[in-house]
Amino acid sequence: MLWPKLARALFAKPLTDNAPLVPRETIQALGERLAATSRARLGRSLAIREVDSGSCNGCELEVNALQNVAYDLERFGLRFVASPKHADVLLVTGPACLNMREALERALASTPEPRWVVAAGDCAVDGGVFKGSYAVENGIAAVLPVDLLIPGCPPTPAQLLEGLLSLLETEAAKK
Amino acid sequence: MMGPASSLIRSGNPQGAKPYERFLLSPTAWGQLPAALQQETELALLGLWADATQVHACFLHEPSAEAVLASTPAAGWNYAALSPARPGAVRFERMILELWGHRAEGAVDLRPWLDHGRWNLRHPLAAKPIPFAGEAPQPEFLPVEGEGIHQIPVGPIHAGVIEPGHFRFSVQGEVVVRLEQRLGYTHKGTLSLMLGTSPRAAVRYAARLSGDTTVAHSWAFSAAVEAALGVTAPPRALHLRALMLELERIHNHLNDWGFVCNDAAFAFPHARCGFLREGVLRAVAAAFGHRLMMDRVLPGGVAPDIAPRGAEAILAALDAVEAEIPSLMQIYEAHASLQDRVVTTGYLRPDLARAFAAGGHVGRASGRGFDARRLPQNQPYPTLRFDVPLLETSDVDARVRIRVLELSQSIALVRQILASLPAGETMAPLPVRAGEGVAMIEGFRGECLHWIALDDGGIIRGLFPRDPSWLQWPLLEAAIEDNIVADFPLCNKSFNCSYSGVDL
Repeated sequence: MLWPKLARALFAKPLTDNAPLVPRETIQALGERLAATSRARLGRSLAIREVDSGSCNGCELEVNALQNVAYDLERFGLRFVASPKHADVLLVTGPACLNMREALERALASTPEPRWVVAAGDCAVDGGVFKGSYAVENGIAAVLPVDLLIPGCPPTPAQLLEGLLSLLETEAAKK
Repeated sequence: MMGPASSLIRSGNPQGAKPYERFLLSPTAWGQLPAALQQETELALLGLWADATQVHACFLHEPSAEAVLASTPAAGWNYAALSPARPGAVRFERMILELWGHRAEGAVDLRPWLDHGRWNLRHPLAAKPIPFAGEAPQPEFLPVEGEGIHQIPVGPIHAGVIEPGHFRFSVQGEVVVRLEQRLGYTHKGTLSLMLGTSPRAAVRYAARLSGDTTVAHSWAFSAAVEAALGVTAPPRALHLRALMLELERIHNHLNDWGFVCNDAAFAFPHARCGFLREGVLRAVAAAFGHRLMMDRVLPGGVAPDIAPRGAEAILAALDAVEAEIPSLMQIYEAHASLQDRVVTTGYLRPDLARAFAAGGHVGRASGRGFDARRLPQNQPYPTLRFDVPLLETSDVDARVRIRVLELSQSIALVRQILASLPAGETMAPLPVRAGEGVAMIEGFRGECLHWIALDDGGIIRGLFPRDPSWLQWPLLEAAIEDNIVADFPLCNKSFNCSYSGVDL
């Protein structure tokens, strides 16, 4: 029963191209630009440490979706790492809860330079709907030096990808 | 058959909550409640919370699935703790002390929980919060005695892309002797932001209690408001809510099934589940304009209506999921290395699941079958056909199997809902008046319980959104006992409790 399987494998389209409802051209264009820039800047490797400063978990769902086979972030040279010590980018979600402030500061202190901080999601940008609460800092910028804001509640995987690309382009232009 | 606790509660002064009555008990009568609860084990505690002057509890009479609420004055003196009779009360009593300043007399545990000493005030929801400007205290953990025990602290920042929380493992060799959770890191002061606003303004916070449960919490909040005001959402809105609720269950169950396999180093099911889930989310975005369906369920109904070609997109995505479930299940079952990791791992004693009234897949994998979709007021479910799967084996495997069985049920439900979608309006007007309401909506983790009290101007004067994780987190501590540390991710993912939902 090997032949039918081989035939299927030969003629099946790769899953990554099968993205019917997201504009494929956008993703592809983004991907190409991203690959070129990240290769120039970082030798095709950008390590991202995701830190949740107290989000509702909506942003985490979409950041995780970036890693599914449809988006397959790693083909662009971007990957998620388990420790800030291995990271170039801190991708921070949530409004910066006061109970997370010390953890955020420690995560930054553990991230080697050069490093970038990306605030992802409306909460991380300015506190979002939680702005003004006694328990939050109204956004990541109150705790960490933010290089890039990616709004959205939550930002879609495509928006996250777009944001990471613009970070790389800006940094490459500075050189 | 009413037991002593039910009789005691119903002897109180009715307060007019809908559809389940709330009875106000004198401090003396409430003081007899713990002993009465000991004698009526089938009266489960679903939640315990407060407002500036009273403490409120919600109970479920398990045989009849009838809920009842009880309250007692708490300002100025200590209310009697329920934790000696109901272990699920422990974390609620810790929260009530911190947020409202009401102390439970005779409580099992009153160590700090949500308040890590980082806010500039104490008792933020009390009539008069107290300014605070001290050092944050070191957390206290329960003592562990024995030879050669070492501790592994994990978090608040975890290695994966997940919510923050701290786990303190006490380990003897490879075996976990005790796990203690310390949560509260994602406390956003949500209740303070909702109080004093209108239900229409507050529902966006219900939608963001736990982003993966946005539909269930928005619906439970809206249903509590509608019960308080005597409003019924239009039939089309109820069908659309059920449609979104089942889609939310499907995408979360797919996600967790994949992640459990991945935690046992089985990447293939994870990749396939992730891809199928992505298909569902894109169909959902086409139908409702948002991948997670945030802010679609509102008090009074649903807005906007489903997009013209939304139903086709959803059905196509679900056909793909349904077609692949058997082959994924075959892979899951046929690999001994995977089965070895999930079978008998993270065993949860069924008597503990009952004692904590664990809902959702945690309860249903341990023989407790409560499902809020079976409640008569939760239209349109009484008009739909579905089974509630139930297992007794109580391990990681059982919790995975419940999820997979529920996937098929939810797919069938979506087809029924779309086939019988009524025409008409999707939003009913909300009158401005006082009222009090309770609702339970079955999210993918279990029932989301919301209580709300509105004043004469229709403004929220009291509320509590109780995520099902309140009663499941403590059971994860029990399920991991005597397992090896390496199996914790499997146990954890098989529960998948919400951090944000309980940190408030």
